Amino acid sequence: MSRLALFVPMAGAAWVGECDPRLRVVAAGLIALAVVSLQTRTAAGLALALCALLALAAGSGSGTLVRRLLALEGFMLVLLVMLPFSVPGPALFALGPLSASEAGLARAILIVLKANAVALAVLALVGSMEPVVLGHALARLRVPAKLVQLFLFTVRYVGVIHDEYRRLRQAMRARAFVARADRHTWRSFGWLIGMLLVRSFERSERIVAAMKCRGFDGRFHLFDRFAWRPRDTVLGAVLLVAIAGVLLLEHGA
Amino acid sequence: MKQPLLELSGLRFGFAGRAVLDGVDFALHAGERVALIGANGAGKTSLLHLMVGLHRPSAGRIRAFGAERACEEDFREVRARAGLLFQDSDDQLFCPTVLEDVAFGPLNLGRTPREAQAIALHTLGLLGLADFAERVTHRLSGGEKRLVALAAVLAMQPEVLLMDEPTNGLDERAEERLIRYLEGSSLAMVFVSHDRRLVERLATRAVVLENGRLGEAVLHAHAYSHAALHAHARAHDLS
Repeated sequence: MSRLALFVPMAGAAWVGECDPRLRVVAAGLIALAVVSLQTRTAAGLALALCALLALAAGSGSGTLVRRLLALEGFMLVLLVMLPFSVPGPALFALGPLSASEAGLARAILIVLKANAVALAVLALVGSMEPVVLGHALARLRVPAKLVQLFLFTVRYVGVIHDEYRRLRQAMRARAFVARADRHTWRSFGWLIGMLLVRSFERSERIVAAMKCRGFDGRFHLFDRFAWRPRDTVLGAVLLVAIAGVLLLEHGA
Repeated sequence: MKQPLLELSGLRFGFAGRAVLDGVDFALHAGERVALIGANGAGKTSLLHLMVGLHRPSAGRIRAFGAERACEEDFREVRARAGLLFQDSDDQLFCPTVLEDVAFGPLNLGRTPREAQAIALHTLGLLGLADFAERVTHRLSGGEKRLVALAAVLAMQPEVLLMDEPTNGLDERAEERLIRYLEGSSLAMVFVSHDRRLVERLATRAVVLENGRLGEAVLHAHAYSHAALHAHARAHDLS
């Protein structure tokens, strides 16, 4: 069993789990598109508030949510520091020869609001979905079959390869390997990565052999039990109204 | 005597510049369960792979199900009728869910999705895995993976079962479940194994691969440990 946290879905409220996965994927996409198009801080702020509400209602535990958002906030911090100094405009304050512009700060804040809103919406709607179900949903949404298959193979084998990595790494540690900044360390890591590549390649050959043994003819077949229900339509409509409201605030105000 | 299901004659095969098989003769008849034993690296896995055309021999002939088999086209039919269970189930289970994986073979054999699903569910039921259909393959335990992989092979309704260390890495309970199923099956089998319990309970005869050649091994309850270590052609008291 793989212990890779990347592919363990977050806990979610029952109502999200019962939604048609296609609705969740499409809604997340629409929300992302709408939020990215926003240009005013008021609308972006409202979008962030609504997305936070959605995330809370979707039952993503705040602990997990914060941990996943932290990965994003690192980038945001860089933006907040860099943008005021790189966007031209009236100076807000100066640090020696560098001056921070008001326009730059405003743009940085807008991006932070929008990025967090999108991340919250995606985490709430897609983050709690079993990756395999996401693959099925993408296939049903007519995403090209090759891309879906690549995604599903990744989900299937990233854990297997990670386990191989862990075993090799343990074997190194068992022989007293400690990473340092020297030639020996870099060479050892080189071998580790090379060995992983070789093993992955060999495994892919064995997988193809096993597929041939079962008469593989180039087609993949997926079974899903998606069923669109009236409540999915209702939820979709509610989300659409919310998106329209935010866009109205943006353009009307 | 009836024609054998699989027949290898004078098979030679080399790997990375090293001769692995050097004139192997072998025949599998209906109802036989043959244990294939031999030291690590003796070429047991290669021999299984040769039987279904995953490798090509450098010399020798392969007959399967009453016909000479030489090219990829020939072996496609062989693979449908002789199911191979791989040593590492992670190589075999590549579909997202158990149901999809077990139905993969039947679909490739031209069944409709509905038929394939019915066959898959039936096969899972035979192995006591009926509740597993919706499970995600990469979240199964090692023992579960092996049984699902076996179900995936059996769903193609093969006439011969080829197994590469089927009990390797299984705990006692999973092994018992697997052996019990295999004991009750009437399929002809060839299986590679170092597992004494499996060989003793399942095999009707054993062959040993040594120095690139295949010899009969003596098989009875207490002499097996003996047979596993070195092959003998000499007679044992079988009583």
